[in-house]
Amino acid sequence: MSNKNYTRREFIRNLSVTALAGLSLPLLSSCSREEAEDFLQKHFLEMTEEEKERVIAKLEQRYLEQYGRKFQISTQEALPETLWGYGLELSRCVGCRRCVYACANENNTSRYARQLHWIRVLRLKRGNLINLEDSEHYYAPETVPEKGFIYLPVQCQHCQNPPCVKACPIHATWQEPDGIVVVDYNWCIGCRYCIAACPYKGRVFNWAEPNLPKDEVNPNVHYLGNRPRMKCAVEKCTFCIQRVRAGRYPACVEACPTGARKFGNLLDPKSEIRYIIERKRVFRLREDLNTESRFYYFFES
Amino acid sequence: MTLKSLRMRTTLSALAIILLTISTFSSLAVGAGQEFPVPPPPFTEGIFPCSNCHASMEVNRKKRELKEEHTKIRMHHAETMRWCLDCHDAKNRDKLRLYNGELVNFTESHRLCGECHGNLYRDWRAGIHGKRTGYFMGTGKRTYLLCAHCHDPHEPKFKLIVPEPPPFRPTDRRNVK
Amino acid sequence: MESLQGLLRETWHFYKKTLILVSRGSKIYYAWCFSLLAIIIAGFIFYWKQHEMGLLETNMTDQVSWGLYIANFTYLVGMAAAAVLLVIPAYIYQFKPIKEIVVLGELFAASCMVMAILFVMVDLGRLDRFWHMLPFIGSMNFPASLLAWDVLALNGYLFLNLLIPIYLLVKSYYGKKPNWKFILPFILLSIPWAVGIHTVTAFLYNGLAARPFWNASILAPRFLASAFCSGPAIIIIIFQIIRRVSAIKIEDSALFKVAELIAYSMFLNLFLLGAEIFKEYYSGTVHMASFKYLFEGLHHHNELVPWIWAAMAMNVTAFILFLIPSTRKRLSTLNLGCLLIIVGVWIEKGPGFVIPGFVPDPLGEIHEYVPNLVEFMVSFGIWALGLLIFTLLMKVAIPIETGEFSHTEYEKERPYLRPH
Repeated sequence: MSNKNYTRREFIRNLSVTALAGLSLPLLSSCSREEAEDFLQKHFLEMTEEEKERVIAKLEQRYLEQYGRKFQISTQEALPETLWGYGLELSRCVGCRRCVYACANENNTSRYARQLHWIRVLRLKRGNLINLEDSEHYYAPETVPEKGFIYLPVQCQHCQNPPCVKACPIHATWQEPDGIVVVDYNWCIGCRYCIAACPYKGRVFNWAEPNLPKDEVNPNVHYLGNRPRMKCAVEKCTFCIQRVRAGRYPACVEACPTGARKFGNLLDPKSEIRYIIERKRVFRLREDLNTESRFYYFFES
Repeated sequence: MTLKSLRMRTTLSALAIILLTISTFSSLAVGAGQEFPVPPPPFTEGIFPCSNCHASMEVNRKKRELKEEHTKIRMHHAETMRWCLDCHDAKNRDKLRLYNGELVNFTESHRLCGECHGNLYRDWRAGIHGKRTGYFMGTGKRTYLLCAHCHDPHEPKFKLIVPEPPPFRPTDRRNVK
Repeated sequence: MESLQGLLRETWHFYKKTLILVSRGSKIYYAWCFSLLAIIIAGFIFYWKQHEMGLLETNMTDQVSWGLYIANFTYLVGMAAAAVLLVIPAYIYQFKPIKEIVVLGELFAASCMVMAILFVMVDLGRLDRFWHMLPFIGSMNFPASLLAWDVLALNGYLFLNLLIPIYLLVKSYYGKKPNWKFILPFILLSIPWAVGIHTVTAFLYNGLAARPFWNASILAPRFLASAFCSGPAIIIIIFQIIRRVSAIKIEDSALFKVAELIAYSMFLNLFLLGAEIFKEYYSGTVHMASFKYLFEGLHHHNELVPWIWAAMAMNVTAFILFLIPSTRKRLSTLNLGCLLIIVGVWIEKGPGFVIPGFVPDPLGEIHEYVPNLVEFMVSFGIWALGLLIFTLLMKVAIPIETGEFSHTEYEKERPYLRPH
């Protein structure tokens, strides 16, 4: 996109938004100032730094009232020369679901009246890996691993060709330079086309206002990641954007008791993920769909 | 994110790969002295230092069943060809003994395990086998776990664990308003 | 200046006359309108509840994330596209009996379009952010997203289907010949556009590699074929009602012609469906799961099975009725066939098409979806609104077509307005 073009587009958009604001003034006058501001909030990628700061301040205030906690809302951009990749050693996963709940706690997902999880652990009969039709999502034995079964955790695979990003009619979801597929929760209109488009069921929807108990809130959040969401916006795994952009392992990696989960920078030849790709037998789910996922399952070499 | 910036990113990434590859080769020699920050070894409370008891005891090198002490230890680790003193130093019980006779602390027990489990040891050093926590890059600390944190060295097979509850089904009462 | 004033006065008179026309009618007319209004209000109340509480009020889940709303949407886009069936013979081949009623068919398409768009809007979680979708103002993901295409295609089609009949009706009201140079390009454009809207809607599903049930290239032709059954079928019924309650003349031959077209379309529809079923069952890959769920049930989940077989039976019966000239040309069997098609196609390409796309979901989970009261009531509300809009449009369009409501009538009342 050339610069000149962009400016013109920007101009048209600003003009139109102003016109929209003017036209909807009678409607908005019945709302509070805050509601009006929410209504007219721009797309995250089109906000200036000051606008971002204003939005962050507003959100911090809102979260303080709602959850009684002081939130740290980061808008940290992608680190230079990073492209995140994930590794999961299938032969070591025991299906204990520690990752599922560590993820929920870290990422402030709704706990009930729709419970949202970004990770699903599938139980498959041994001898079966691709046909997921016989998978069991709700296994609840006394102990794991069980004889005769293997476990396949699935979450957003942060594809290089993400079908969800292509599907979104309004650019509410996009791929960051470090490969993380994010959602602007304030831009999403809740059409759920991305959910239909995702071959990994990597996306879940806030069917109602999320239910997040005050004492379970994680106040260290990223704007495009784990900040508390709102009714009818879609959400998904962000590789713990708030952690990995600070160099920390994602919550699921730290929670895994068998160390089956690995994470690293694909552009760094010394990273753990590069070690895995170069020395282990890796595969990616649904490679046939050409999504070029960055989530590498692997076995002992 | 514009197309231009995307293209630039690709070029930069390629450059970075080249630079990083060069730096890897030049740092290979340094890698040998790598240190692994680990939490304290998982001792049963009050058992360490072992010399508290063992210093005053006579060394009995005979392979036998222990009837009075260490009764909780069950040896299921190639037990037909192994015995306590293959790993624990007979004279200094607070140390472990490598094959070449070198004594190492319990905080370095991975070196002992690595003597047999070479492949796993290589993966562990690379951060692939076993769990890492903390920071994988930048100035923050990365913590390794010792083999013994997850595997009981006397009975290394991974124990069964209780799984977390399954997700609510879509029709679960807790999932409805 | 004087002429402008005159025009304004004329327009004012036109609207006043329109309002009077619409507000007066027989007892049946009132009963019809008010019962529709009651359903609309009920639907709106349920929608408001859904809007306030979120889509949790519906039975949709992360497993089956689209339901009755999108099913109706798909069906109605087909209905609207079918108006082209009447336009082609009317304008291109100048087939006389159909030409008289084509304006009504186009208004029907416009009403369907309104319903289709409303079904998408009630399905949106955040209707308050609707402006994000507007071209230039929002950030439309065009041309990558098929949904963005659909927004443009549907609104464009709605525009065409309002412009063409309104232009023709206004010309007719003033007793003038339409300026064909002006309107014919729009009419010609509306033909590929009609094919376009349904193709784009098919591509909306077709393009999703994640859903093998929809990811079949035969989908767009199938959609068109089934649309060309259900759309004309409902038009045949509506035209019979119109000629009974109004002065407008609609010849039987026009209805029979449309029924003949339905027979061809139904043959194509069944053939294409058969081809798809053959491919799935003969190759028997894991992608067959959704078809199996629809036609036989999957792992004891068989909620859709009776419905799809009922739909198959209806479609085949209707096909036979319309194939045989004697049953096609008898009003009783004709109407029976139409009803069978309307319901049969609705099941086949509504719930019978949307739901199996989600069962089993990409991770193999099987969750059976049944719409709940909110979804039914909101859907009834939208259908009622569409019917009401169509009724009111007819209330104005028919008197213009028959010449009862015209500028000459108006001139008679106000002779001083005549040019000297």
